[in-house]
Amino acid sequence: MPDPAGLELVAHELREQVPDAVEDTDYHRDVATLIIRPAGILDALRWLRDEPSQRYHFLASLHAADYLPAAPRFGVHYELLNLERVERLHVKAVLDDPGAPALPEIDSCVDLFPTAEFQEREAYDMFGIRFRGHPDLRRILMPDDYEGYPQRRDFPIGGEPVLFTHNEATTPRWWE
Amino acid sequence: MVGVSERTAGESVPELATGVVTEPVTAPQAPDGDLGPDRELLTVNFGPHHPATHGVLRLLVTLEGEVVRDMKPFVGYVHTGIEKSCEDKSYWKVIPLVERADYLAYHFNALVFCMAVERLLDEPVPPRAQYLRVIHCELNRIHSHLVWLGTSAMDLGAISVFWYCFRERDKVLDAFEASTGQRMHTRYIQVGGVAEDIPAGWDRRVLELVDDLEERVGQYEAMLDRNEIFLRRTKGVGIVDEQRLLELGVTGPLLRAAGNPFDLRKAAPYCSYEDFDFKIPVGTVGDCYDRYRVRVAEMRESCRIVRQAIEGLPEGPRITENRKVALPPRHELATSMEALIHHFKLVTEGFRVPPGEAYVAIEGPRGELGCFVVADGSAKPARVHFRDPSFVNLQALRDMTVDGYVADMIVNLAMLDPILGGIDR
Repeated sequence: MPDPAGLELVAHELREQVPDAVEDTDYHRDVATLIIRPAGILDALRWLRDEPSQRYHFLASLHAADYLPAAPRFGVHYELLNLERVERLHVKAVLDDPGAPALPEIDSCVDLFPTAEFQEREAYDMFGIRFRGHPDLRRILMPDDYEGYPQRRDFPIGGEPVLFTHNEATTPRWWE
Repeated sequence: MVGVSERTAGESVPELATGVVTEPVTAPQAPDGDLGPDRELLTVNFGPHHPATHGVLRLLVTLEGEVVRDMKPFVGYVHTGIEKSCEDKSYWKVIPLVERADYLAYHFNALVFCMAVERLLDEPVPPRAQYLRVIHCELNRIHSHLVWLGTSAMDLGAISVFWYCFRERDKVLDAFEASTGQRMHTRYIQVGGVAEDIPAGWDRRVLELVDDLEERVGQYEAMLDRNEIFLRRTKGVGIVDEQRLLELGVTGPLLRAAGNPFDLRKAAPYCSYEDFDFKIPVGTVGDCYDRYRVRVAEMRESCRIVRQAIEGLPEGPRITENRKVALPPRHELATSMEALIHHFKLVTEGFRVPPGEAYVAIEGPRGELGCFVVADGSAKPARVHFRDPSFVNLQALRDMTVDGYVADMIVNLAMLDPILGGIDR
């Protein structure tokens, strides 16, 4: 992990290379977080990956979170890893909720990190975050015809009837 | 073929004189241009109910004859919404849920979740608890690899290996039952430590078990390493180079078989792994045979870690003394009002975690197992996400199988070791 001073250095260099990308930095419990504006996420990730002094080549994980009722509602998290120094850098982009039926949008990083393909699909499936430029943005865990984004905080837990053979005729919309 | 890679941090698996030479298995190349009458593509659904998919995995395979030209995995058939359900449970009640995600790595799931919560709480773990965690996780790794070895060998027609592996696996589960009360999904690892200290005599029993296991693993190797069918079906099959694996986010034995000695236990030691002397087995070619050899060698190294951890097991508490996080000892409830209040608060509401986010990664049996926890200051997590290695590694299956034979796809899938419970969560 970069220490707090190292994180500020990274943020400073990134501000020079990609203007308007860095929104903020955060250092909490030994985790260095770069908060990036969604519009500059691809440039920032590309710089972090290709810049010789950074070389965060490995995207360990990509996941989303819903911060309801906070104002920028959604967060997309990129856990970058430098394999030589075994340093992790947490990159986070926060997205506003445009309000239903529109979906929040961010650029897909599949071209930079092919590993993100399944994980972006999962974030789309569970949170309804649309990744622009994703080659195959479909639901991955939920059924293709499912309505709603189940891991949003305003989506209730339970309440859906479990489909068995004995109740499928009486379960609404089972045939769809 | 396995030899010493220049970059190895640890031991390379010794090569056996088998007489079978590693050459990449190549299928006939597709002729250019349109489909002629002699060239027909056939799309086949493989799974979801098929014993060789190791779970409920569906592969949409495009075949030309018996050569795979395209392959797409479909997952989600056992999606149970574990991550969503976690948001409705207090932190200590989440542990049994997450254990059921990757059902062969339950101690790892519990450990990584507890480590993430401990990081948010800034709660130190006593050394004895760390050692007990290591012992259980390494036994769990052996157990997971034994299930993998048995089922993979069964896919290749060697069903006797399956019976033998499950016999040894049962002995590991017996040890878990003795120490934790459960064979699987033990809820043993708790935030701040472990749920119970080991019973008297358990350490001696586990030492005998790992001695036995080391011998047994050698016997399984003897059954497979000179088996010509096994060798011809695994050597040179499914080669993907290290660079491509890294792009696809593949970690664990698959990456190490391709020659990259990346293992979080060595690279970024957690849970006092730095105290133990063990090696990281690596392969050189990155074919299915290397994957098999790396995992078998890992079982031996795990036995070594367990032995060292039991011999060096420190005295001390098994869980943190912080009563805001861990339950007070039972005998105090009869005499101490304060202990009773702590007990009541912990059991009814649970402990509160200060707001923050943490991503913690450990080395699971299948690669980097990560857990991302968002705390909002209440007694329930606002978000729990598992970066399951099977989910990420599955993306590499396409690179392994396309333009190979359909029979090799079975081998590739078996050697990938996907656990659908972990993929679908």
